Amino acid sequence: MVGIAATGAAEIARRPGRGTLRSALVRWVFIALSLGFLAAVLLAPLAAVFATALGQGIGAYLDSFKDPDTGSAIRLTLLTAVIVVPLNTIFGISAAWAIAKFEFRGKTFLITLIDLPFAVSPIISGLVYVLLFGAQGWFGIWLQEHNIDVIFALPGIVLATLFVTFPYVARELIPLMEQLGNDEEEAAITLGASGLMTFVRVTLPKIRWGLIYGVILCNARAMGEFGAVSVVSGHIRGLTTTMPLHIEILYNEYAFVGAFAVASLLTLLAVVTLIVKSVIEWQASRTTGH
Amino acid sequence: MSAFRQPSVLPGFGLTLGFATFFLSAIVLLPLAALVLKTASMSWADFVAVVSSPRALASYRLSFGASLVAALINTVFGFIVAWTLVRYEFPGRKVLDAMIDMPFALPTAVSGIALTAVFAQNGWIGQYLEPWGIKVAYTWLGVTLALTLIGLPFVVRSVQPSLLEVQRDLEDAAETLGATPIYIFRRIIFPTVLPALASGFTLAFARAVGEYGSVIFIAGNLPMKTEITPLLIVIKLEEFDYNGAAALGFVMLAMSFLMLLSINLVQAWGRRHIVAARR
Repeated sequence: MVGIAATGAAEIARRPGRGTLRSALVRWVFIALSLGFLAAVLLAPLAAVFATALGQGIGAYLDSFKDPDTGSAIRLTLLTAVIVVPLNTIFGISAAWAIAKFEFRGKTFLITLIDLPFAVSPIISGLVYVLLFGAQGWFGIWLQEHNIDVIFALPGIVLATLFVTFPYVARELIPLMEQLGNDEEEAAITLGASGLMTFVRVTLPKIRWGLIYGVILCNARAMGEFGAVSVVSGHIRGLTTTMPLHIEILYNEYAFVGAFAVASLLTLLAVVTLIVKSVIEWQASRTTGH
Repeated sequence: MSAFRQPSVLPGFGLTLGFATFFLSAIVLLPLAALVLKTASMSWADFVAVVSSPRALASYRLSFGASLVAALINTVFGFIVAWTLVRYEFPGRKVLDAMIDMPFALPTAVSGIALTAVFAQNGWIGQYLEPWGIKVAYTWLGVTLALTLIGLPFVVRSVQPSLLEVQRDLEDAAETLGATPIYIFRRIIFPTVLPALASGFTLAFARAVGEYGSVIFIAGNLPMKTEITPLLIVIKLEEFDYNGAAALGFVMLAMSFLMLLSINLVQAWGRRHIVAARR
């Protein structure tokens, strides 16, 4: 989803509009409506996060991070992302290589299946693992006998996060690699390069921006996932609460500064993600010579 | 193998397809199959009793109703925003354009508490709505608002490329030939962006129906009134009613499949529509 070519947009926006009063009026009505709508549903909530977090001064804001439960929530979120993002990146690269480089039967169906987690409610993403590994689930008794905790523990949180972030890297890479074609890889193989070397030296440099974009989106979603993780976590404070779940606990206890302070970290993550995305789009449009 | 795939000199087909299929099955397909099997193990009478209980029906009405309204709001404002971003040059346009993706990147729990803070009775916007008797937080309006935020990027990002595509030359030619702006919109702009609008609408609707995190903070979560279906599933799970949760999950899963199918149909129709329009 590397947006529209920025140059095309700029070129069309720069064309002289019609000079009549009516089109000038229409123009200002459109801009005012857009800004008003985005200010109400997008900008005001973002500003409210920081205003509430800093509402009682910077000292109170910083103090809220001294809460040991907040610290452990941050650590759990980072740990989850460190496990989930590489796994889904390896999956995304594998799936994209198989799908984009080869013609085989059932390809469209496979792509639809990979997209499935996007279409499914996050609650269902968590529910399916409870049905498998929960106390009354298919493997519940076996897991209890062997003292293995999945639900209400780290493995459940990792599985649910894997599910919801499953398509991100693959979705970015498949269209990109299909568009780039096979010619250079075929040349490398014909000249005697190994498969791995071809991938690292020929394919990877071409797809790196798309890959980075997929990875940061996957990471943002992995760190921010709420619904699916909420179902499998059990909300054991300081043990199985990720940052979004910790926000909920603090918020329900009316600890607004604490809740919005943790929220401000995730908001910064989202802002950084969008900045990286914009830089990547700029890089991509520059390197393809538009 | 030869009938299954076309020959290629490139290596790694078996390895990458094998790993991708294995991982897909382990993480996505088998767990989803467990949900279907769990539901299938219920008796038909039990299943019907759960999925057609008054509380479940009320939750479908809210989930689908609010999602529909939110997707419609997004279709209208998404078009306006996309038009503004593509056609007009103004300070801050690029920043605004980048910010459209914010709901994709922002955790839903954060959007939930932030929207509640802004639209609560004493919030920045809520305090001005209160004298008019408009309550947003803890009503169905709040649910709709949260779902609007979640679905916003889908319509804008679908429509933007098609607005670049709408031939400005055609519009200019039409105007030179004396067409009114409304006529140009109706006969040139609207037909070209219609497939993108339809596709954006369906994507925003599908996403909204399953949304949980941003809604539960602003909804108030009163049974029969402001309780969405995903929340009802969570409540069933907290009561250890796995069958009830699975049955409702199955209904939502079936709806997701239907919507996935309609998204594909809408997009296929859009491609045909564009091709036909170009002839």
